[in-house]
Amino acid sequence: MLQPYIPVLLLILFVAANAVMMIVVSHYAAPRRPTPLKDAPYESGMPPLGSARERFSVKFYLVAMLFIVFDIETVFLFPWGTIFFGDAGAGPGMGFLLVEMLVFMVILAVGYVYVWKRRALEWD
Amino acid sequence: MPPLTLTVFWALAGMAITGATLCITRRSPLASALWLVVTLFALAGLFVLLDAQFIGVLQVLVYAGAIMVLFLFVIMLLNLGRPGPSDLKGPVGGAVAALLAGTLLLQLGGVGSSGPPDVIRMPEGTVAALQREQGMVGAVARPLFDTYLIPFEITSILLLAAIVGAVVLAKRKL
Amino acid sequence: MTFFLIASLIKILAVFTVIMVGVALLTLAERRICAWMQDRLGPNRVGPQGLLQPAADGLKNIFKEETYPAQADKTLFVLAPAVSFIPALLTFAVIPFAAPLPTPWGQVSMVVADLPVGFLYILAISSLGVYGIVLAGWSSNNKYALLGGLRASAQMISYEIAMGMSTVAVLLLAGNVTLSQIIARQQDSLWFVLPLGLAFFIFIVAAFAETNRLPFDLPEAEGELIAGYHTEYSAMKFSMFYIAEYSNMVTASALMVTLFFGGWDIPFTNWDTTGPAEVLKTLATLAVFGFKTICFLFLYIWVRWTLPRFRYDQLMALGWKVMLPLALVYLTILATAIWILHTRLGWAYEARFAWALAGLNAGLAVVLFWFLDRGRLVSGSVETGSA
Repeated sequence: MLQPYIPVLLLILFVAANAVMMIVVSHYAAPRRPTPLKDAPYESGMPPLGSARERFSVKFYLVAMLFIVFDIETVFLFPWGTIFFGDAGAGPGMGFLLVEMLVFMVILAVGYVYVWKRRALEWD
Repeated sequence: MPPLTLTVFWALAGMAITGATLCITRRSPLASALWLVVTLFALAGLFVLLDAQFIGVLQVLVYAGAIMVLFLFVIMLLNLGRPGPSDLKGPVGGAVAALLAGTLLLQLGGVGSSGPPDVIRMPEGTVAALQREQGMVGAVARPLFDTYLIPFEITSILLLAAIVGAVVLAKRKL
Repeated sequence: MTFFLIASLIKILAVFTVIMVGVALLTLAERRICAWMQDRLGPNRVGPQGLLQPAADGLKNIFKEETYPAQADKTLFVLAPAVSFIPALLTFAVIPFAAPLPTPWGQVSMVVADLPVGFLYILAISSLGVYGIVLAGWSSNNKYALLGGLRASAQMISYEIAMGMSTVAVLLLAGNVTLSQIIARQQDSLWFVLPLGLAFFIFIVAAFAETNRLPFDLPEAEGELIAGYHTEYSAMKFSMFYIAEYSNMVTASALMVTLFFGGWDIPFTNWDTTGPAEVLKTLATLAVFGFKTICFLFLYIWVRWTLPRFRYDQLMALGWKVMLPLALVYLTILATAIWILHTRLGWAYEARFAWALAGLNAGLAVVLFWFLDRGRLVSGSVETGSA
């Protein structure tokens, strides 16, 4: 039953080997003559200004957090979508499933409206 | 269990344990997070070996693909990328850790020798039959939206709380 | 079992080679088509019509000097291209590319791995691609690279939700996650692009954003960020990011073909799906699948050299304020419509059912475009007085 996973395993090994090979071969084939200027961060030819380790906007954190929440909602939609029409009659009825998911979506929609009203989706 | 499955199991188990060990011993938070991703990936493989293929995929999709991205963002947001001081605490801490690890290993050994209890054991081929009949996802979906309907709906409240919490934390000034 | 292993190995090698060669040719096609659209010639010196240009570029990249920026995190800097490259080449594995091939030892399905989890595997593996980009941006010790990496990851996760939800619409009709069964369902009636038109629209927009292509190429917006997350990369490591980007494009195109355009199905005939397997059927369906995929790849290139780039706030607004609610509302309407058609009117899924949904989609599309085209998102956030 796990037979289809054997090719995936082989493919992972094969692709990973290729990736390693590409890096290693080019590492040995290529010349390496570093100079301080060459190794400086590239900022379109200008001398680098300031540090690259700056802290960045908290909005990225907010986006990632919202992403997790809605990703989990999507994850619940996958099994629901599979049985909704796929095996009508065998499991809980279609109407029942529809109402169930509507309740779930409406509760999350409340959260979505809250996020919108708090202007957390604005990128300014 | 055919030998190939066993080999893959040990490889994944080794990967998970190595990843977890390195995750807690690396001093750079970024390296720790990446080793955690490796562990989660190995766990996904183990789920697949246990025929919980849907859970295995979700493990990668949600944990490795979403939650760990948030971890990386937080690490970068707080600029924690540089290795900090080690948080391994002296000989007493080491001894306590060794003791706890030993207890855990003993317990695991006990569980391993006695095998899983009959309650959670399914007859050979149950999962295969379910999958043939309803598809991989359908086998999870039916009980989820039928027997476990209330926990599923409560999950939405939990998610709602998470949304509100994230916005309140990140947008406190507004 | 031995035969299965050998067949799998051959398929793996073939698919890997086709993707790598395809990516190489795609870079050439991009430059030639761009030149054609801009009334130039493009690379045409190396080999006939410049066909050997990708080979020359590849060789050059192996022997080019690699730079390591000072204070870069060496390990992560080397790891990042590999982390980007590996998931990009893994995702094609579950896409069926032709009708089964009969051989003296048994029938071989033309897919590397027909996993029971189907396209969820693609969604899961491609969500790992974010790491390569974030790590590249972070380890480069370059502020433009860091910004590019952050933008890319925020953009990719924002559109991942819309992409996932549009595939739920496919699930509603197909009732199964395995791609072979999704194709079979489309062969029985209509290609899903008709009954699920809006889902296709959401999916294609999300696919453009996921692959970081114009009009969503903010991560490497050269006017602001030099080259984005791969600014500091040179030679083969840069090449690996490039290969990853283009093979993501190939997989996204193939996935669009499979989910919405019938996969390897030949339209207007049942010859390819009924009767015993034949070598000729395999070849014909393979050609059709390749043609459909190439159409989408051309669309990618065409759009790139036609549309201007979004601003970052527009990009995020489109993802969170348009695509996400659109996908949710669409799913609700679609599920209700299916319920009415199936339970209330008692229709089984067949051509009539699909056409009814197609009509619904057309109606919704009219409403949607009337709503979108009010001069708010597409033409910018600046209020222009209505004439």
